[in-house]
Amino acid sequence: MNETIRELLAKVGGLPVAVETLEDGADLYAAGLSSFASVQLMLAIEEKFDIEFPDNLLNRKSFASISAIETTVAQILKAREAA
Amino acid sequence: MSLPAFAADMTANMTLGARAHRVAAVAAEFADRVDRDGRFPREAVDVMKAERLLGIQIPAAFGGESATTQEIAEVCSILGQACAASAMVFAMHQIKVSSLVEHGGGSEWHEGFMRELASRQLLVASATTEAGIGGNMRNSICAIEVDGETCRLTKDATVISYGAHADAIMVTSRSGEKAAATDQVMTVFKRGQYTIDKTVDWDTLGMRGTCSDGFLFKGEAPAAQIFPKPFAEIAAQSMLATSHLLWSAVWYGIAADAVQRAQSFVRAAARKSNGAMPPGATRLAEASNLLQLLKANIVAGLKTYADAKADPDQLSSMAFSIAMNNVKLASSETILVIINQAMIICGIMGYKNGTPYSLGRHLRDAHSAQLMISNDRILGNTSTMLLVQKPDTSLLG
Repeated sequence: MNETIRELLAKVGGLPVAVETLEDGADLYAAGLSSFASVQLMLAIEEKFDIEFPDNLLNRKSFASISAIETTVAQILKAREAA
Repeated sequence: MSLPAFAADMTANMTLGARAHRVAAVAAEFADRVDRDGRFPREAVDVMKAERLLGIQIPAAFGGESATTQEIAEVCSILGQACAASAMVFAMHQIKVSSLVEHGGGSEWHEGFMRELASRQLLVASATTEAGIGGNMRNSICAIEVDGETCRLTKDATVISYGAHADAIMVTSRSGEKAAATDQVMTVFKRGQYTIDKTVDWDTLGMRGTCSDGFLFKGEAPAAQIFPKPFAEIAAQSMLATSHLLWSAVWYGIAADAVQRAQSFVRAAARKSNGAMPPGATRLAEASNLLQLLKANIVAGLKTYADAKADPDQLSSMAFSIAMNNVKLASSETILVIINQAMIICGIMGYKNGTPYSLGRHLRDAHSAQLMISNDRILGNTSTMLLVQKPDTSLLG
């Protein structure tokens, strides 16, 4: 999943730095992720994993870093399995 | 007067509302001169200080009164009915103070500054816009230079509202020379720690008294004066909401005064016409309807903010940003419709300056509302968020 998220981030994130140089825990907003790009990233992730982000996860924290995104996506996938 | 009656009278005199009304009386007296000459509303701001209104938001523990955003909005609307420029200076000051209160706690320097602000009634301005960023304050070109215990900053600030009259300025910048444009911090500079050289004149259609000139800012201060939290967090968690809500409260005040003038006009006409309905009466009913809609919109927004304050996740959620954006869009557009209705009701007496029904200043001041953070930019942000945000269809939230 980490690889996929990194690929999507490189594609739609519009970051001024190379995605490979970012640690999993690096602050993506500080790295230059704009709010517009973060929505593009959410849409790309929804499409790729065939999920929808519930409103309570649509906040800065959920998308603050690569590992935060992984946690958020994993949480949604897990909830779907349980359902 | 008996002692208990005297005490009760004193208490009534000291309520926030009573203090705000005393400032409003002075603001109203000078409103036309401030507007005509495009000068700072010095008299009104002096009374704000005398009534100790500048520090009301500071927590009581630091010498303030722990006033809520609702209470501050009420003061904004009282002042807005008297002089929009004075009200806007007060609102903008309180927006800066909200950043200090919400994000300065725990930092020794910022807590000390809160005490100083409350005790000396300091007026705080901000420099968030910059030449070359295209109006997006979430980007900076300038970078703060931290050199041991000291920080230095030079900023080509295209707007610093009442900058020449402030006691301190909060300035945004990149967090360092190598930081991305969105990696911003905010720093408090006190008067004496900076110089400002005017580069752009504020000669505008309305809101002339905010004196939002452009300046070249150069500051040097202890590095402890940099806010410990990133500006992105400050902007999302306090600045966005307080700006939209307090501005809207000022705008509500402008519209409410316009409706009041229109109502006086209609009543005077009704008295003269022996009970026959004056032509503007129906339009007044419509304006009153819109004013109530505007009020409900702002009150609901204030409640949403008060509820969200308890939960940082909620504060930085898209649903909350959209709600605040919608408050701003609706208020800034509705006031123009209301004031225009009032103008049609009052006719030539509203169009002329210097009558009890004059509405020119109201209309010109109100036109700033759609531009203070362009509504087009806000619509763009909201429409982006709506690509992923699900609609909230509940009535009571």
